[in-house]
Amino acid sequence: MAFWDFANPTRFMRLTDRVLPWLIGACAIAFAIGLYKSFFMAPEDYQQGDTVRIMFIHVPAAWLAMMCYSVMTLSSIGTLVWKHPLADVSAKSAAPLGAAFTFISLITGSLWGKPMWGTYWVWDARLTSVLVLFIMYLGLMALWRTMEDPIKAGKAAAVLTLVGALNLPIIKFSVDWWNTLHQPASVMRLDGPTIHPDMLIPLLVMALAFTLLFFTLHLMAMRNEILRRRVRSMRQKAAASARPAAATASTQAAE
Amino acid sequence: MDPFDLGPHAGFIVACYIITFSVVAAVIGWVLIDRAQLNAALKELEDQGITRASNKQNAS
Repeated sequence: MAFWDFANPTRFMRLTDRVLPWLIGACAIAFAIGLYKSFFMAPEDYQQGDTVRIMFIHVPAAWLAMMCYSVMTLSSIGTLVWKHPLADVSAKSAAPLGAAFTFISLITGSLWGKPMWGTYWVWDARLTSVLVLFIMYLGLMALWRTMEDPIKAGKAAAVLTLVGALNLPIIKFSVDWWNTLHQPASVMRLDGPTIHPDMLIPLLVMALAFTLLFFTLHLMAMRNEILRRRVRSMRQKAAASARPAAATASTQAAE
Repeated sequence: MDPFDLGPHAGFIVACYIITFSVVAAVIGWVLIDRAQLNAALKELEDQGITRASNKQNAS
């Protein structure tokens, strides 16, 4: 089966019917293992103490905030270049999830910052660029709601999404390009992670759990969006079939 | 290692996990409620005899 075959929404719904139970199961298992390792196996940090346990949700949420926008960027290319019928469905469904993960990342980062840095917030490059990402998600969600026609809204949102994608490398490299309070990358580095495996493994398991959660919710939200478009087209059909009948009735009344 | 003794900053750690859990639960709830509402709307339309074009093609 070619990738293009999944362009058929009915086929997509059938496929996700089969995939979703497995994804939900894998996500639950990954979270159970990840949380157990985070609280019972990972040691305290020699400087931060137990506060380091915030990392096991903050870092995966921050990764997901960026990955979700990357998915939306790829989907937007699919909308503008190939006009794939599910591309704008994917982009629209991913935006609220991205906003949620970015919100978690900002709040947990702020709560981690207070005991470690002595402040909830500083306008440094990393924090500000992630806040801009959050505002981008909200803006895209608002844009989709301003247009009645989902196809037109999808194209406008795709253009805005691609413009906003410029923020992704800024977020990633902000800690290298500018002098920030936020620490530099310690996992995704060319010379390998600088975290001890006792903390790295729980972090990676939690990252896997968050990623599975994202894909589970994304598929569920995509199914909802397909259903929403079905409802919309059926209502339009009902309105169109009611219009001639109403016109006939009003003509008869006039006579 | 006592997982229930989270040190002097326990409030910050617990708050992070509660907020994360609440946001994730809200998103899951939103997806499920949206699904239920859409299914109800689809059923209502089908009960009125309105079908999709692809349903007609499949039937014929």
